[in-house]
Amino acid sequence: MSRIAARFEDLRKRNETALVAFVTAGDPDMDATEAMLLGLADAGADLLEIGVPFSDPIAEGPTIQRSSERALANGTSLRRILELVGRIRDRIELPILLMGYANPIHAMGPVPFAEAAEAVGLDGIIVPDLPMEEGEPFYKECRSRGIDAVLLAAPTSTPERMEALVSRTAGFLYYVSLQGVTGFRDELAQGIAERVELARSFGDIPICVGFGISTPAQAAELRGVADGVVVGSAFVRAIEGAGSREEAVDAITKLARTLKAALKES
Amino acid sequence: MKSEPDARGKFGEFGGRYAPEQQIAALDELTEAMDSVLKTPEFQNELDDLLASYAGRPTPLTLAARMTEDLGGAKIYLKREDLAHTGAHKINNVLGQALLARRMGKPRVIAETGAGQHGCATATACALLDLECEVYMGAEDVRRQALNVFRMELLGAKVHSVTSGSNTLKDAINEAMRDWVTNIETTYYCIGSVMGPHPYPLLVRNFQRVIGVEARQQILKVEGRLPDVLVACVGGGSNAIGLFHPFVEDEGVALIGVEPGGEGMDSGRHGATLSAGVPSIFHGKRTYVLADDDGQIFPAHSISAGLDYPGVGPEHAYLRDSGRAEYAVATDDEALDAFVYLSRMEGIIPALESAHAIAHVRKLAPTLPKDNIVIINLSGRGDKDVSEVAELLKAGES
Repeated sequence: MSRIAARFEDLRKRNETALVAFVTAGDPDMDATEAMLLGLADAGADLLEIGVPFSDPIAEGPTIQRSSERALANGTSLRRILELVGRIRDRIELPILLMGYANPIHAMGPVPFAEAAEAVGLDGIIVPDLPMEEGEPFYKECRSRGIDAVLLAAPTSTPERMEALVSRTAGFLYYVSLQGVTGFRDELAQGIAERVELARSFGDIPICVGFGISTPAQAAELRGVADGVVVGSAFVRAIEGAGSREEAVDAITKLARTLKAALKES
Repeated sequence: MKSEPDARGKFGEFGGRYAPEQQIAALDELTEAMDSVLKTPEFQNELDDLLASYAGRPTPLTLAARMTEDLGGAKIYLKREDLAHTGAHKINNVLGQALLARRMGKPRVIAETGAGQHGCATATACALLDLECEVYMGAEDVRRQALNVFRMELLGAKVHSVTSGSNTLKDAINEAMRDWVTNIETTYYCIGSVMGPHPYPLLVRNFQRVIGVEARQQILKVEGRLPDVLVACVGGGSNAIGLFHPFVEDEGVALIGVEPGGEGMDSGRHGATLSAGVPSIFHGKRTYVLADDDGQIFPAHSISAGLDYPGVGPEHAYLRDSGRAEYAVATDDEALDAFVYLSRMEGIIPALESAHAIAHVRKLAPTLPKDNIVIINLSGRGDKDVSEVAELLKAGES
């Protein structure tokens, strides 16, 4: 059983919804990212999603776009991020995933990437611009090396497509809650519960909901509906607003604690 | 050889659909509309009628007699897309896509634009067909092309200034894609070149093929035979593929695309994707792209904003790798010289984009025998560039 699968099984037993916490690697620098990941793990995050910055992140709202620009400006690369995963692997038991666009992986080479990712102990990969058809050779390579290739589903995915996504994803299904980019929304999108139920009818795979979830109240609405919620822009904004690395770690661990509290059964 | 993509939009190793899941249903819907609506006589008649009565097609094929004599080699013809409504070939594509948007019941059309040519063409088609129009343009381009911003607004479009990334065309595309996923139910994304995820490169090419179809009939009529060489500038590559495609199966016709060499290939400041790029996944497709070893995309540079794009249509990548087409480079300086040259020689002020093709033919034609025939796609007129060229020439003198 993969580390991700084991984590969700454990959370189900405890009747908890997972907090999937996202930060962009290298924002503001790699040492800070390392400290933040360790802090998030201590503060109750259940899965860690490390953003690989890309020059043209079409699925991201302004907050994560800015964060990607800062990370690239200081030389962050996919290879250095894999090295970071290797450095923290022994100190973090939680599943670690990378979220990044297709081209940096394509540039490194899908097979060399999968080999390197296996060697450093990466648990999963999320590539928003690599849908299941185009991605299958790469995703197969990942799966054969014990790396879960997480597929995304959207509000506009047809039922037939949803069924295919559920059967082909590994680790969990990432349900994108809205039509739009990542970032802050006043309210959760409509119809999330129905879409999650539809996905569940096709198979028993954990389902995490992301995009537009930034507050403990929004997270609480999804408690028991989804198996996990993904929070990204809220962490990135907390980092952006901090004056120092210590302040940033402090801000995101506080946020992680309140989010996680909202995801435990009261 | 033939140049057609497979069912998933792959031209050999290139093209495809590298798009977020949120776009997949809309891309499927568009593909279905393309396969069904486009083939109906009603749609074809409506489009043909607009191309003739509104856009001014067929555009002439003009013998460039003085240029031919001056260069002393092959006989040179110009395919006059500069005479199409809005001053460039862009109108062929937007009329097709705007009609399709209306057929698909999408009341809102969005577009990206670099210099503003595709934005103006889209705003024009939307005014004609009573569609709401919003255009994304990099903040840097908004500043440089204030007149085109005014034109788009005059035509009833709303222009969004994009301040992310490098503030240029590629960022405008990113922002248009973000708008599209957000408003996908009501909105049609009218892409301006042979790029983006499948079916866009195929859709745009099929609307631009009219250039080559006409040129073929015209040259057969005046010369009684096919040309030896076709030359067109390549940024995204829509005017070039439009001219080339109806000739791809005629192996005796050489196809030459001319990329922007900017300040020179050694300077690193250019937009010569096929000459210096690497296969990459960018804006929904796999193609040659200007990118670094880590897969990050470089901003392109060219004197002509219309060629200022770090990627290229996947079909060009396929034609190049298969050896069917070749791709040359013309620098900013060569394009500027050709801009003046064609103006004086033929009384035609070319767009700076098209001036790249002219620049290449100035080198090529003298090496060819006099019985050879070259057709240059004069993809647009240079009115939009006149004030910028005036400044550049003044700077060059001082």
